[in-house]
Amino acid sequence: MSANVLDNLFVFMLAGFIGFDVIRKISPLLHTPLMSLTNALDAIAVVGAIILVGEHKSTLATILGTIAVVAATINIVGGFIITDRMLRMFKSSRPGKA
Amino acid sequence: MDFASASQHLIEVIYLIASILFILSLKWMSSPVTARRGVLAGEIGMLLAIAGTLLHRGIVDYKWIFIALVLGTIIGIPLGKVQMTAVPQRTALSHAFGSLCVTLVGTAEFYLRSPDVPPFMMAVLSMEVILGSLTFTGSLMAAGKLQEVLPQRPITYKGQNFVNLSLLAASVLIAAYLVIHPEAKMLFPLIVIVPLFFGVMMVIPIGGADMPTVISLLNSYAGLSAAAMGFVLNSKLLIIAGALDGSSGFILSVIMSKAMNRSFTNVLFGAFGQVQAAAAGTVEEKTVRSASAEEAAGILAAANKVVIVPGYGMAVAQAQHKVRELYDALTKRGVDVKFAIHPVAGRMPGHMNVLLAEADIPYDRLLDMDEINGDFPQTDVALIIGANDVTNPAARTDASSPIFGMPILDVDKARTVMVIKRGMSPGFAGIDNPLYYLDKTLMLFGDAKGFVGNIVRELSGGGAHG
Repeated sequence: MSANVLDNLFVFMLAGFIGFDVIRKISPLLHTPLMSLTNALDAIAVVGAIILVGEHKSTLATILGTIAVVAATINIVGGFIITDRMLRMFKSSRPGKA
Repeated sequence: MDFASASQHLIEVIYLIASILFILSLKWMSSPVTARRGVLAGEIGMLLAIAGTLLHRGIVDYKWIFIALVLGTIIGIPLGKVQMTAVPQRTALSHAFGSLCVTLVGTAEFYLRSPDVPPFMMAVLSMEVILGSLTFTGSLMAAGKLQEVLPQRPITYKGQNFVNLSLLAASVLIAAYLVIHPEAKMLFPLIVIVPLFFGVMMVIPIGGADMPTVISLLNSYAGLSAAAMGFVLNSKLLIIAGALDGSSGFILSVIMSKAMNRSFTNVLFGAFGQVQAAAAGTVEEKTVRSASAEEAAGILAAANKVVIVPGYGMAVAQAQHKVRELYDALTKRGVDVKFAIHPVAGRMPGHMNVLLAEADIPYDRLLDMDEINGDFPQTDVALIIGANDVTNPAARTDASSPIFGMPILDVDKARTVMVIKRGMSPGFAGIDNPLYYLDKTLMLFGDAKGFVGNIVRELSGGGAHG
């Protein structure tokens, strides 16, 4: 196993712990917006797809990459829009608080 | 440092900043007060990461990148503007898009690199493609069921579990062969096609009420496949985002299956609805007390504390805005009104909260099961609208009940229980609810929207004795 792979395993392990800890603290109230937000963030896979399209190493890679960029962009745009729409609806009954 | 490696360093720094913003984004989601800041942090992180990627020195042609970005945006905007009742199917659909992206990139990477793929790389690449493919079709099936273009009832047949496990085992075996022989390009399509088929077969035996668990599970798979893609592309940003998404989906699946009193394997291999339907025939005739809207309004107006228990039936009847009027009418009379939200109320985690927030009910009035259960003994009226199994006391008392052990809302501890229901038909699980036969229970027969509307009219018309 190369040093790179080990580095990446460390990052995966740490990010997993952060994820567990941060997400456990999120109230069930916001579980739906949480899922649409993580879904939008997950579409960061678009960076891999963009490089695949731009490098133009084979026709197959360019075609598959282009479809992949479309799919990921749908999630980024749609995911952020709907998450924000949902969160704007959550209002407190106590005056002065957003 | 020459220009090329300087720009490469710049990209890495931008990715680091994006990773920080992603983690902050989730951290700020912990409270409704800071949650919108969280979305903003996520958006900035995403924009930075995409802008940084466009600086990548290997990119020779931008045309298709921009066409794809524009096309994705055009399709993405309407998908961000769906109705709140349609959020579960939209979410399932977005899991499908996410996993499609990951699968396609994985496939392209394999054909660019084969036969020169080290074993570890081939193993994570296989994981990326297998998880991505099964999540793609599984999510499409889930979205179809939620949108009701596919039958909601579980579809089961003899030997189903054997077929499913064989499909999964076959995918893993082919992947193992590819790890040893990465030059076997002919075999690669199989670790896409077999899991695609498995995804379909995995979701067809799952019924509507299990959707919250399935969506969470697919969310987790989508995250894990993206993390695997991060290993293949050596992108720490992608590994972090995938790990965050994967752990989020995993935590939500655990919460959902606990709330349904089921294990993961039970959800995936159990076909709940089918088993329970058989138990429905044995209901004996018992008497129930029913009441009119006028009587219900009188009791509600005389109460100090009212807890409303909304279920998916309320959302189906589009009654949430009438419920908001009821909340207003009672609050104006000085009645303390709260809402009790069971974790699996709705079709995805937290769905009921979103539907009630859309109807402008303040979020500090929405309490989850653990917060509200202690309140029921001091509650004058528990008003149940379109919920059934999550209020069934048999889950606490009757060891022979199929839902025994499932955590429920203890509505039977309230002084008076009122249930708005179309008729006496059993709920999704097909189990009779002994709550309806208690002396303190009043059945309010009718359509949720219409009946709540009638109660509101009685309350505001001064017809009630408040």
